[in-house]
Amino acid sequence: MTAVDEIKIGGMGASRRRVEDNRFIRGKGNYVDDIVLPGMLHMEILRSPLAHARIRSIDASKAWAMPGVRLVLTGETMAARNLAWMPTLSYDTQAVLATDKVRFQGQEVACVIADDPYIAKDACEAIVVDYEPLPVIVNPTQSMADGAPLIRDDKENQPNNVIYDWEVGDKEGTDSAFAQADLVSKIDLHYPRSHPSPIECCGSIADFNRATSKLTVYLTTQAPHIIRAAVALVAELPEQMIRIISPDIGGGFGNKVPVYPGYVASILASILLERPVKWIEDRTGNLISTGFARDIYLHGELALRKDGRILGVRMNTTADHGAFFSDAQPSKFKIGLMHSAFSCYDIPNAHLLARGVYTNKAPGGVAYRCSFRVTEAMFFQERMVQAAADDLGMDQAEFRRINFVRDDDFPHRTPWGFLTDSGQYGKCLDVGLEAVGYQDFLMEKEEAAKRGRLLGIGISTMTEPLGAGNSREYDILGIKMFDSAELKIHMTGKALLRTGAKSQGQGHETTWAQIVAHELGIPAEDVLVEEGDTDTAPFGMGTYASRSTPVAGAAVAMVSRKIRSKARKIAAHLLEISEEDVEWELGRFYVRSQPDRGVTIQECAVAAYSNMPDGMEPGLENVAYYDPPNLTWPFACYIVKVEVDPATGVWDVLRMVAVDDCGVRINPMIVEGQIMGGLTEAYAMANMQFITFDAEGNCIGSNFTDYLLPTAWETPGFELHEVVTPCPHHPIGAKGIGECAAVGGPAAFVNAVMDAVKGSGVRNIDMPVLPDRVYEALQTGQDISGAPPVKM
Amino acid sequence: MMKLRFASPEMLVDINEIPDLDYHRVDDDGTIRVGAVCRHADLERSSLLDTRQPTMAAAAPLVADPIVRMRGTLVGSVCHADPQGDWASVMTALDASIIAQGPNGRRSIAVRDFVLGPFQNALAFDEIAVEAVVPTPRGMPAGGYLKLERRVGDYATVGVAVAIDRVGSQVGRAGIALTAVGPATIAADAAAQKLTGRPLTADNIGEAAELAAEAAQPKSDHRGSADFKRQMVRVFTSRILTGLLRSEEEAA
Amino acid sequence: MTSLFREVTPGTAEEIPVREITVTVNGQRRSAVVEPRLVLAHLLRQGFKLTGTHTGCDTSNCGACTVLVDGRPVKSCTMFAVQADGHEVMTVEGLAGPSELHPLQEGFKEEHGLQCGFCTPGMMMASKALLDENPSPTEDEIRWALSGNLCRCTGYQNIVKAVMWAAGKLDGETAEVQA
Repeated sequence: MTAVDEIKIGGMGASRRRVEDNRFIRGKGNYVDDIVLPGMLHMEILRSPLAHARIRSIDASKAWAMPGVRLVLTGETMAARNLAWMPTLSYDTQAVLATDKVRFQGQEVACVIADDPYIAKDACEAIVVDYEPLPVIVNPTQSMADGAPLIRDDKENQPNNVIYDWEVGDKEGTDSAFAQADLVSKIDLHYPRSHPSPIECCGSIADFNRATSKLTVYLTTQAPHIIRAAVALVAELPEQMIRIISPDIGGGFGNKVPVYPGYVASILASILLERPVKWIEDRTGNLISTGFARDIYLHGELALRKDGRILGVRMNTTADHGAFFSDAQPSKFKIGLMHSAFSCYDIPNAHLLARGVYTNKAPGGVAYRCSFRVTEAMFFQERMVQAAADDLGMDQAEFRRINFVRDDDFPHRTPWGFLTDSGQYGKCLDVGLEAVGYQDFLMEKEEAAKRGRLLGIGISTMTEPLGAGNSREYDILGIKMFDSAELKIHMTGKALLRTGAKSQGQGHETTWAQIVAHELGIPAEDVLVEEGDTDTAPFGMGTYASRSTPVAGAAVAMVSRKIRSKARKIAAHLLEISEEDVEWELGRFYVRSQPDRGVTIQECAVAAYSNMPDGMEPGLENVAYYDPPNLTWPFACYIVKVEVDPATGVWDVLRMVAVDDCGVRINPMIVEGQIMGGLTEAYAMANMQFITFDAEGNCIGSNFTDYLLPTAWETPGFELHEVVTPCPHHPIGAKGIGECAAVGGPAAFVNAVMDAVKGSGVRNIDMPVLPDRVYEALQTGQDISGAPPVKM
Repeated sequence: MMKLRFASPEMLVDINEIPDLDYHRVDDDGTIRVGAVCRHADLERSSLLDTRQPTMAAAAPLVADPIVRMRGTLVGSVCHADPQGDWASVMTALDASIIAQGPNGRRSIAVRDFVLGPFQNALAFDEIAVEAVVPTPRGMPAGGYLKLERRVGDYATVGVAVAIDRVGSQVGRAGIALTAVGPATIAADAAAQKLTGRPLTADNIGEAAELAAEAAQPKSDHRGSADFKRQMVRVFTSRILTGLLRSEEEAA
Repeated sequence: MTSLFREVTPGTAEEIPVREITVTVNGQRRSAVVEPRLVLAHLLRQGFKLTGTHTGCDTSNCGACTVLVDGRPVKSCTMFAVQADGHEVMTVEGLAGPSELHPLQEGFKEEHGLQCGFCTPGMMMASKALLDENPSPTEDEIRWALSGNLCRCTGYQNIVKAVMWAAGKLDGETAEVQA
């Protein structure tokens, strides 16, 4: 007997086809809106048409009178139960249903619960709300202006619209670095407001059973356990009586992390009516009210030496958080992980000032395919780096190379205090430059310029902190950010694995089984993976911030090792030798001196239930809670070639090359799928995807005819390459990957367009780099700001 | 419109089941007739349009997206009278008419009179549009349609329809119409006039493009500034005509 | 439970404003009484319990609700149920044969053409319409034909491969039949 073949059993490194696909390709997925409960009612939300207005009165009498209407909820109803406001993830409060004022267009004002959704919508239209319009604020400049209207007049000790001022880094050291600089490169940028927009909108079905006092909620959530705790606190229900079930999720990307007013209202409605209440958001509701992303301004400065070395960095950011500060982020960091910028560069001095302000826009600052503002950090970093290279007149690839942290310099302390774990930055860049034919392209570009054609090449290189997080530094509302896995090996050697994470398309049902296969030699197809039911899954923090593989995946490895450790004792018993003489190879224990004498893991499983050693607890089950020692630090290099049409401002991607180092790849097929998805979102953000506002606070981008997502036609083809630097502190050497391309990609596209047009003297065009912005920049030689309000 | 509850009609008549309205054909004299239930997708796949009406052939694949084109119709699009609609421009450039039918019989309304304003058409409440008619060309039809859209299915930021009929080396008739640069479809007649009765040259193409840009009445919005949109009209008009000139030169 | 639709045996009279319709869904004749404003997607999902057809937007952009009506791909959120009266509708649930998957279903799994799975039914139905019309499409033809369907997860590259895979398999099957 020998060890089992790991690839054959679907272990690490196998591009195993996905288990979950079996139901999705048959149309047999089970998404929230697919669930029908007996006696279920339907809820719709009436939203504010105005961005800022006092509510004089709400008359819902006509709605109440309509046949089929069961309940109308307003702020008043909620306030009577102390539910008009709820706490946010960032220690602020958010209105569930407006009582005093509406503070953004689309804010929830009333809910109707009726026999079917069409009636509920009819009844919403019959509700008459008398508004007194107030002045509207749509950007930080307006927000901070003298005499600006106070948005949060509900809060005590809130004299103006500033939410926080936060500072990190060494100001003095940085000042002296700038004093010594040969050149200071400066740039102002805006990362526009965007929205994750999974194709499935948010929704819930609340089912309160008066007889058992149990509340079951089916929810589109990426973090069911957190929601359970939140519901327990907000609704003041005992936590054991709350069951959150997150069934199949039609994409999340951060949109499905927060608690939304619709969830809370549907829960209250179910409690009041004692019937299941379903709320399925429409796309407009999704886009104008739930978890937007980004909307941060930067003034950035780099202190440079003539030879290209960066001596210091200053970042001054202003975040537009909308009407309620409800960002999903670690409690300690007011602007998320913005200070992870420049982690791949060896920079001695850095200083960051961050300010957050209220505006009359939707709240929620979610980390859209992003670890808590890492996307903005890396975008700012790579735009600053390219501008600096241009200011120095230096090749952009070379400028990066000489400032990279060297391979032998790990672990490396970043200027803002993170500890990066490993990487081969120069190698990744080389692989990318080679693949794209960098030197040839530079010549081609020069030739093309002679004939009036504008070609450009953009590079983005970055390492980002993935896998929140170690519990010393990372918590959300005080809850430490560990994760969990529970593994039950049945008597026949088959297994059931549950984790505290929640897949939204990442393929956990497939990859978690591969980790078990890798650790125990049990074929992946023998391992059933379940997630998303708080009554059965071990407590975990959910899936976002690319944390599943770094944290929950590590927990799967650790629980498998606990199982193996017990199985070893059983094996010693079965082999009638002492435990020290037992050796392990994949799937099998054997006698060190007689390798052909051994027992399989499956034989150990049988024995755990039928023939365990004296004094041993029966069974082969365990649970592991994994608190990572550090974040994982994947690296990526993205290179884009574009051609800009100077007459129209339209740009086309000629080639896109991606080099990703995410450590050991569990399932290469799935990893590549994640990268291509991220690159597409990067392209989308650079090219078309943004939410803006007019001066009255009307949301422009409230449906898919204005908020544009790329189709198969525009989306460029991607060429993927890999470098593998195993993570030194992760049990299986893996790093996060879900977000890298969406985080690092946008700067590559923008840098490419800027490279093409820089001859005109333009240094920046804000995203999305729309044709009209490019055209105007080429005409005027001026930078183009994308800050709202949009010019009408 | 109804799903977003911008419109909640009390009564809606479905004309899809009316038999024999799904045709598009070319009469012996070259007149093109498109029935009210002929889908965009049918026009996109038509073997007739490539040679008999190139402006329509160019526009058909650019309307909405491939699935929407399976249900949407040319006549419906003109009736919808969206200033961002593609077909109204193409039909205007072609001097086409809509045939309306009601209890008092049929009448023909020129598309430029049919579209009254944004989302308003000239149909009486008891009439339906049954057919679009593109008149007999006065020569060899040529033309094109260009549209700036950021992705498939996006509304036009700007669209330009150009249709000319060639008589020998002369332009016998010309029509230019603009999408999404005014409160309704714009007929750029002065620009078309510049081309009529003489050969296409780089000079008169430039003049026509300039006049088309002048005819545009764009407004700045999140799709682009008024200046930019006017520039797109200029570029697209010029590019379509230059393409025609080039193919003419290649043929010669 | 709801006034919007109720499956009935044909011939039952109902008061205005509902209408009785008969639709052939995945080869099976089914009748229902519906309000005229009910959209086809909701009839399929809530009325006929065929929840494989999804809805993802309000503006006919996302294509998650794509089904075949008389063989042509249609966004079923943009068609009233009454308009399907007397017509044939095919949904994702009708793709597979009694014992085996449709090559498109196999292709999507084989080439990792899906992640969250929400757009997948619409993508597969649009792909089926393409392959019915054009059995060996190029990459550009596939991208063009699927440009009315949005996917947020995959970046489309693997969806294109999945359709290619299916085309290859269907071609092989045709060859076998001919041989």
